[in-house]
Amino acid sequence: MTTPTTTHVRPNYMLIWLYLFLMTIAEVVLAFELPFSQNVKLILLLILAVWKALLVALFFMHLKFERWRLRLIFIVPLPLAAILVTTVIMEKVW
Amino acid sequence: MTHATHSVDMMRPPVPAEPGAGVYSNKLGMWVFLASDVMFFTALIGSYVVLRFGMPSAWAAPGAVLNVPLTGLNTFLLICSSVSMVKAYAAIADGKKYFLRKVPGKTMQDGGLKFWLLITIICGAGFVGVQVYEYIKLVGHGFTPMGYREGSELAERALADPVRYGAGVAGMYGSTFFTMTGFHGFHVTCGVVSMLYLYFTKVLPEKYSAQDYRGIEVIGLYWHFVDLVWIILFTIVYLI
Repeated sequence: MTTPTTTHVRPNYMLIWLYLFLMTIAEVVLAFELPFSQNVKLILLLILAVWKALLVALFFMHLKFERWRLRLIFIVPLPLAAILVTTVIMEKVW
Repeated sequence: MTHATHSVDMMRPPVPAEPGAGVYSNKLGMWVFLASDVMFFTALIGSYVVLRFGMPSAWAAPGAVLNVPLTGLNTFLLICSSVSMVKAYAAIADGKKYFLRKVPGKTMQDGGLKFWLLITIICGAGFVGVQVYEYIKLVGHGFTPMGYREGSELAERALADPVRYGAGVAGMYGSTFFTMTGFHGFHVTCGVVSMLYLYFTKVLPEKYSAQDYRGIEVIGLYWHFVDLVWIILFTIVYLI
């Protein structure tokens, strides 16, 4: 027997597209035009990149509207990925 | 209420869910594949981060070797393809199988699945085309997976300004750059080929409907993931 999955209100896709476009411009301006230190630029650029990636995952891939058990499939590799990178960095430092 | 009856601004899944994860098996399979692809790209990006920040000498400055404005344009192209993909998904969810149709009382035409998927394919193919053009230009200037080619324009510039061009680690820079962007480009190419296949075998013959559009949702998930990976790659490889 089948069960219905979630029904949700359709997001404003063009608004998400506008956010992504503006954030891409902000990234390029930040990287080449603004007089911040390299460390500040690095942090801000990573925040913008993660923010954009989240917008795509949540609204274009509809993760925001999926059930938690499906979200887990996508979320579980993320801590594993963090462990992978951290372990290699620690190996290098050690 | 049947599965097909829904208001225009509401999204419903293409078919009733199966027990277990609560989604149909094609979609579950794509999510599991994407989870494995997360690990694949993490290995690539993680290796790049470790190599880059573990090196005693600095890598080439952003924009010194790579053409950032061109790649920025390419990023915009991929973002546009992502929104056109989701518009294709929304169109078929509303049962709009057509290409373009006049909206009563408006000058604008309304795009259907055939229109939005074609836009996605064109943008995706455009992305691959620009990337191939970028590779040709880079190799022409002397930037190869082995580093700066001897006697090339870039090798001479690196000799004159070794810090800006990261002369000491050019080989590592070249190999990581071409590996990461190459694998991403391969993913985009696979996506374009898959969409072309769907376009000619399912979309044009109007085999998708508001009751069943699983193929569009599944290829859409893949396509948005490819866009998501590029958002991270663009920042890490081109801007930092």
